[in-house]
Amino acid sequence: MDKRIVLSDLNACYASIEIARRPELRGKPVAVCGNVEERHGIVLAKSDLAKRYGIKTGMVRWQAMRLCPGLVTVPPNIDLYRQVTNRVREIYSEYSNLRDDFSIDESWIDLTGTCRTGKEIKLAHEIKERLKTETGLTASMGLSWNRVFAKLGSDIAGPDSVAEITRSNMKKVVWPLPVQVLMGVGRATTHGLSEMGIGTIGELAAANPDILKRRFGKNGTVLYAFANGIDTTPIKEEGTGLPVKSLGNSTTAARDMVCDEDVRIILMTLAESVAMRLREEKFKAYVIQISLRTTDLRWLIHERKIKRPTDITHDILDISFSLYKDIRLLPLRGVGIRVSTLVPADEPEQMNLFEDEKRHDNKRTIDRAVDKIREDFGYHSIQRGLTKLDEQLGTLNAREEHLNFARF
Amino acid sequence: MHPKRVYVELLARYSKDGTMVPAMLKWEDGTMYEIDRVLDVRRAASEAGSMGIRYTVRILGKERRIFFEDTYSETGKPRWFVESEVNCS
Repeated sequence: MDKRIVLSDLNACYASIEIARRPELRGKPVAVCGNVEERHGIVLAKSDLAKRYGIKTGMVRWQAMRLCPGLVTVPPNIDLYRQVTNRVREIYSEYSNLRDDFSIDESWIDLTGTCRTGKEIKLAHEIKERLKTETGLTASMGLSWNRVFAKLGSDIAGPDSVAEITRSNMKKVVWPLPVQVLMGVGRATTHGLSEMGIGTIGELAAANPDILKRRFGKNGTVLYAFANGIDTTPIKEEGTGLPVKSLGNSTTAARDMVCDEDVRIILMTLAESVAMRLREEKFKAYVIQISLRTTDLRWLIHERKIKRPTDITHDILDISFSLYKDIRLLPLRGVGIRVSTLVPADEPEQMNLFEDEKRHDNKRTIDRAVDKIREDFGYHSIQRGLTKLDEQLGTLNAREEHLNFARF
Repeated sequence: MHPKRVYVELLARYSKDGTMVPAMLKWEDGTMYEIDRVLDVRRAASEAGSMGIRYTVRILGKERRIFFEDTYSETGKPRWFVESEVNCS
């Protein structure tokens, strides 16, 4: 029997929460923006009305204001968003214990067997209405037999509605769509596919999987399966899966970074925050990724998989810095570190024959001591010497300023 | 015009099974009002912003909506507010 999976995507989540909380913002274009004085003034989220003016996430505040002079900007309140989305998840869990959170505002809910077959669409509508009355938020929902098309359904559904993708309407609804709307297809893949003459999901579904594999590696096989609605990944029972898939933090520096040392200082503060949160959540990471924000506001991303998972501040800094050196593009406006492929910290690990275990343990002891001091006396009670080399760059309390925890 | 949230002091009664029932509230001007009857209880978002457990109650023959704001509160602790049409800014 086919599964019945819903993807629920909260519309303009952060901005909608702000509007639901402050009724005076209703009917106005709203954007949640970081702190302007510290140059974090980018748009983190925008309301539907703001979107109509062409405002996009990641845009600098002044650009957004130029597009829409009446734009109301509000500072982010991560605590509020987290609590409201937790409440949303409580509602989901009243319908199914099988749920996978794709991000803070997107969750897959497996409704298979929770009601009479064929009635799941009614249930999806009921969940959507409950979200609206109980939290004031609207959602786009997609219902399908697999996660990929459930997600696609939510993307095409439009705000406050449900779209169902079935085996019988798939060819009509999904296949004419451009490939870039399919989960897992980014800019580079779209470009690669277009070189092969593949522009729509239907063309991708009809392509030769062997050729796709040769061109895109393992990802080629996944793309072929996704285009055909084949995704057998089960949705885990609540609480049994890892709740977080990646952790990251990024910041715009107080001034542009113009030399390696500037970058190293900022990477240090970010590595501290990311590593500290890894330790708090009791994870270690296999993949370290950095993102560089250029002064013309482009993002460059570079990552590396390491042999032994880590939660050590210094290791994350060293890898991030060496990733930066691979690109070494200056000046930079902002940088970010993200760690993924997480494993529980207490998972047994293979010792490295050539690595100095004692040194490894020492680094861990230092981290633990720093964590304890900060827990007892506050974040700024102890700081790395490196961050003192430039007061302006080094004063960031990266721990409290993580704004992108949301995107798992 | 939007209704306003007026945070109030409130006395609640707990039944033996642990159900919380609002009993009396102190309005902005200091007047104490007895809650005559609870007509409906459900989770809801408020027209005045925020969300929580909504109690539709009768006070002096008039229907009013009061909220136990337990999902998010700026003070970090759950609070009670009344959805108020009067004194709108």
